[in-house]
Amino acid sequence: MARTLTPKRKVAFTVLAWVLGLLIFFPILWTVLTSFKTEGEAIANPPSFLFFDWTLENYTEVQERSNYLRHVINSVVISFGSTAIGLLIAVPAAWAMAFSPTKRTKGILMWMLSTKMLPAVGVMMPIYLIFRDLGLLDTLLGLTIVMTMVNLPIMVWMLYTYFKEIPGDILEAARMDGAQLGQEILYVLAPMAVPGIASTCLLNIILAWNEAFWTLNLTAADAAPLTAFIASYSSPEGLFWAKLSAASTMAIAPILILGWFSQRQLVRGLTFGAVK
Amino acid sequence: MATMHTRSIARLMMAPSVILLLGWMLIPLSMTLYFSFLRYNLLMPGMEDWAGVFNYEYFVTDPAFVTALVNTLVLVGSVLVISVGGGLLMALLLNQPIFGQGIVRLLVIAPFFVMPTVSALVWKNMFMHPVYGLFASLAHGLGLPAIDWLSSAPLLSIILIVSWQWLPFAALILLTALQSLDEEQMEAAEMDGASAVRRFAHITLPHLARAITVVILIETIFLLSVFAEILVTTSGGPGYDSTNLSYLIYTQALLQFDVGGASAGGIIAVILANIVAIFLIRLIGKNLET
Amino acid sequence: MGNIRLSNVSKTFGTQEVIRDLNLNIEDGEFVVFVGPSGCGKSTLLRLIAGLEDVSDGRIEINGADVTDLAPARRGLSMVFQSYALYPHMSVRSNIAFPLRMAGLDKAAIDRKVAEAARVLNLTDYLTRKPRQLSGGQRQRVAIGRAIVREPTAFLFDEPLSNLDAALRVNMRLEISELHQQLGTTMIYVTHDQIEAMTMADKIVVLNKGVVEQVGSPMELYRTPANLFVAGFIGSPRMNFINGNEAAKVGASVIGVRPEHMTMSPDDGRWCGEVGVAEHLGSDTFLHVKVDGIGQITARAPGEIDLRHGEKIFLSPEPGKMHLFGQNGEIVSASGAVS
Repeated sequence: MARTLTPKRKVAFTVLAWVLGLLIFFPILWTVLTSFKTEGEAIANPPSFLFFDWTLENYTEVQERSNYLRHVINSVVISFGSTAIGLLIAVPAAWAMAFSPTKRTKGILMWMLSTKMLPAVGVMMPIYLIFRDLGLLDTLLGLTIVMTMVNLPIMVWMLYTYFKEIPGDILEAARMDGAQLGQEILYVLAPMAVPGIASTCLLNIILAWNEAFWTLNLTAADAAPLTAFIASYSSPEGLFWAKLSAASTMAIAPILILGWFSQRQLVRGLTFGAVK
Repeated sequence: MATMHTRSIARLMMAPSVILLLGWMLIPLSMTLYFSFLRYNLLMPGMEDWAGVFNYEYFVTDPAFVTALVNTLVLVGSVLVISVGGGLLMALLLNQPIFGQGIVRLLVIAPFFVMPTVSALVWKNMFMHPVYGLFASLAHGLGLPAIDWLSSAPLLSIILIVSWQWLPFAALILLTALQSLDEEQMEAAEMDGASAVRRFAHITLPHLARAITVVILIETIFLLSVFAEILVTTSGGPGYDSTNLSYLIYTQALLQFDVGGASAGGIIAVILANIVAIFLIRLIGKNLET
Repeated sequence: MGNIRLSNVSKTFGTQEVIRDLNLNIEDGEFVVFVGPSGCGKSTLLRLIAGLEDVSDGRIEINGADVTDLAPARRGLSMVFQSYALYPHMSVRSNIAFPLRMAGLDKAAIDRKVAEAARVLNLTDYLTRKPRQLSGGQRQRVAIGRAIVREPTAFLFDEPLSNLDAALRVNMRLEISELHQQLGTTMIYVTHDQIEAMTMADKIVVLNKGVVEQVGSPMELYRTPANLFVAGFIGSPRMNFINGNEAAKVGASVIGVRPEHMTMSPDDGRWCGEVGVAEHLGSDTFLHVKVDGIGQITARAPGEIDLRHGEKIFLSPEPGKMHLFGQNGEIVSASGAVS
């Protein structure tokens, strides 16, 4: 296909792709631009695209007025914490399933997947009540636990598909070479598994960072991560677009960059290995 | 593959994941099931008693339920059509050797990484606002009356927002699938004299069939429980015009504190999701063999 | 010392019996080849000896000690895998040194042994490279190097040459044979290629469906195959099998004659046929002859023979080179007289 494209067509396709791409990206671009406007310019009609007085005051004011940093820290704690805990639980399981599969392995994997498909509203009430009784509502600990559990199946799955690609021969060779289980993991498996583990972590951080059902329902003020904090701008009186934009830009920038770097691995994780 | 020794270690290594997930799924789900048969309201503690199928009857016969169910299906269906259709076109375009392919690709997939509350609010305020929104400015510039999107077409607005988030997902997955298409197969078809349209219909599309199915199923799972977008834009309104099943259960639970009713709704949602999940799990299971 | 004895070894996967009640004795210093079609259980047998699989029943002894329940690493064996199984993140040096590191040797001893192995295998210039920067043959040598440094009681090879191209395969075959001469260590080698088996082995074990069909030196198997399976498997091109009337005449159910044991004549002989395809290899010519009432017979003639498609030719088995098989496929007479 590639070589049959005429120069004329190539230009036409290029223009079309760029127009559509920019159109799709525009809301994000607009948010970033608005974050550098004053509140007045943000709602100006007709809106100004680039020719306005660029200002950074929204960024400082978001922090001053609502302790933005605290929500960032909450988001970081929840997404990184759940990823770390999830990794500790998921790596051994995925390792076992990839390298010592039994007749039941496939069934277990499928079942894990099915838990991911359970709609949150189906278990919301009991979780809410249990958390209330245990004092976990609006705590970082509680939310981290929930995020770990919500994403555990994806972690196991993704790690499994990566581990599966490590040839079993190599582990057997290590065993023949006299490596104990611990040495096998440390010297052979770990170095080969690092790329897979890294992209699993990345996907998990992105998913946890953006999760917006549990974070909205189980937090109030103390443990609210960015998803919940941004939602507070939905009140009608909160028409501070420039500040909303500044807060939003900061909330999405790190994840957007992470996502851009890991597109290919994300496809695999998001489709449970069905598309690579 | 393994010897007895490694097998028992393997079991031990799997135990934490299996036990935790089992607990996470089984305990709350059976509690939900149990609650769904109780008269149980958080505002009236100590008044719990057996209600039989009353909660289900109440939930299902509530006119809001039918509205929410229809809204859910319309939302899922429309977003699927827009995101898969648009995503496919975008993927085909991005698969061409165009200038700046990598950058356009980054632009296209970006919305998928935006948290739902941010995208909902950005659209609500900066685009769909009847006075200051960009759409209003645009309409004004064209001499048309501005539309109050969220109150006059609430469901459509939410469909637009959610599609914007999921089209990139479809485009990314389908593009990846396209790139794994065997070049030689295409060349063979070309040698056989198949036109571009026929090559697309007979080779590209069948090759994408599985990826498209996966996209549809995964999106359906997520779209069935769209929540944050509704919460921060329309709050389900006006009336129940943009309430979906998830949101209806949420209002029942955390706004009316009706645990029994919400649980009955939750069970219904679980059943709905399971119908889709069965297909998805089968599909992925087939893939596991290879 | 590298004597390995298998007694009544069985292996089942679920309900499938892969190895059935197998007895085998491998002497110290022998080069033993397990050969058979794919799925015959030869790799499984090797993995049972290695300890990578548990036996379902039976005993494995190495130098008289029962190792049936011993972990692979403690059996004192080295294995070279089909995929080479090199550690991709380690340099050649680290790959070869790995078993020594695991054994807890000090650095000086490791360096000395790795240098020695690298010298023997011509890898000295590549010690700092990663496996992916090596050619197939070099990877193969690294895998062998990793096996050598442990100074094992026996080497296990699992189809080590099947990923190499034809020319390299011949080279490596010679190198492995040479290594065996040098080290004098027991080697067990699995292959599906009967040429490898014939050229390398002191002793060949022919396996079929988890059962040993025959054990013997290459020439024993070639000259006196115990049954139809071995007769058909060993030798290239394949032995001709003739059944029906012709076989009944000599009181057998099947007659077997190797292509190289056919004599050809333009005007006189036992069977008369028409030349189909003639394959000219230069050194030899393989004639595929259609014989009425018998079917296709392959005959090998040394050198070049000018015969065309459709020409008539007479074929006769060389005296004393005919194998007669009974109803059950077992040999009746190893050199049936030409009646």
